[in-house]
Amino acid sequence: MATIQQKETEPVSDELALVQAAKGGDVSAFEELVRRYDRNVFRIAQHITQNREDAEDVVQDAFLKAYGNLNQFQGQSKFYTWLVRIAVNEALMKLRRRRPERMVSLDEEVKTEEDSLPREVADWSPNPEQQYNQAELREILTRTIQGLPPSFRTVFVLRDVEGLSTEETAEALDLSIPAVKSRLLRARLQLRERLSRYFQKRESGDGKQ
Amino acid sequence: MKCSEFLQELTNYLEGVLDDRTKAELEDHLAWCHNCYVVCDTTKKTIEIYRGSELYELPEDLRSRLRSAIVAKCQAHNKAGPQKV
Repeated sequence: MATIQQKETEPVSDELALVQAAKGGDVSAFEELVRRYDRNVFRIAQHITQNREDAEDVVQDAFLKAYGNLNQFQGQSKFYTWLVRIAVNEALMKLRRRRPERMVSLDEEVKTEEDSLPREVADWSPNPEQQYNQAELREILTRTIQGLPPSFRTVFVLRDVEGLSTEETAEALDLSIPAVKSRLLRARLQLRERLSRYFQKRESGDGKQ
Repeated sequence: MKCSEFLQELTNYLEGVLDDRTKAELEDHLAWCHNCYVVCDTTKKTIEIYRGSELYELPEDLRSRLRSAIVAKCQAHNKAGPQKV
């Protein structure tokens, strides 16, 4: 079975030069950095907040905060990882404001591994995503990932959707590497299990209920 | 290898970072344990489906509106001097 291909990342050779120029007040250099990462920040923000307006705010607030604090960026990590860290914090603040009744934390206790053990394992149809039209598939994927606890879906999104490494994800979320790995495994298994309802092979053949 | 041990190595296996011996043990387990084979295969598909899903794409008009707002505020920040945004 083949392994998962990592996403190609943007070239970073000129990135430090852009950051240096932006530190000196060159807004067009910073605009290039915005252009490079605004779509990623928006996706991450919307996955965390589950709200489009909040995600728009997070894009603005995260980039402005990054611009205002560029001098604190020392270049030990990638600019993108540093930016994601800011964006995740902004998004979590929005989520807490919207749901004050629920504690939202990336440090929430991770239960024992046993509850991730797949119980009922049904194979999927070949090319399961093709059983649904684009809008249906989008709805299924959105609803399914929204059902995960914030700490799980954030790790999944950074690691598997945005293609950050385990180390970068740990740095962006201020988690240990074992904590990232544990959450990632549980997020992947829970998503797999939930998607099985839609994608598993059916006796009747067409895969839909 | 037990199924629970397989699960613990699943992430490393999918990322291709296992040493040869553990990888061989895992593939030996997959060859006879159908459940684990299905879990492995469908977990991989889960990741691929999400990676290719293009959920929450930023529409171009909204994108340029947000970018203009950010640039304008950065310029205002420059004029206001070195204080926090």
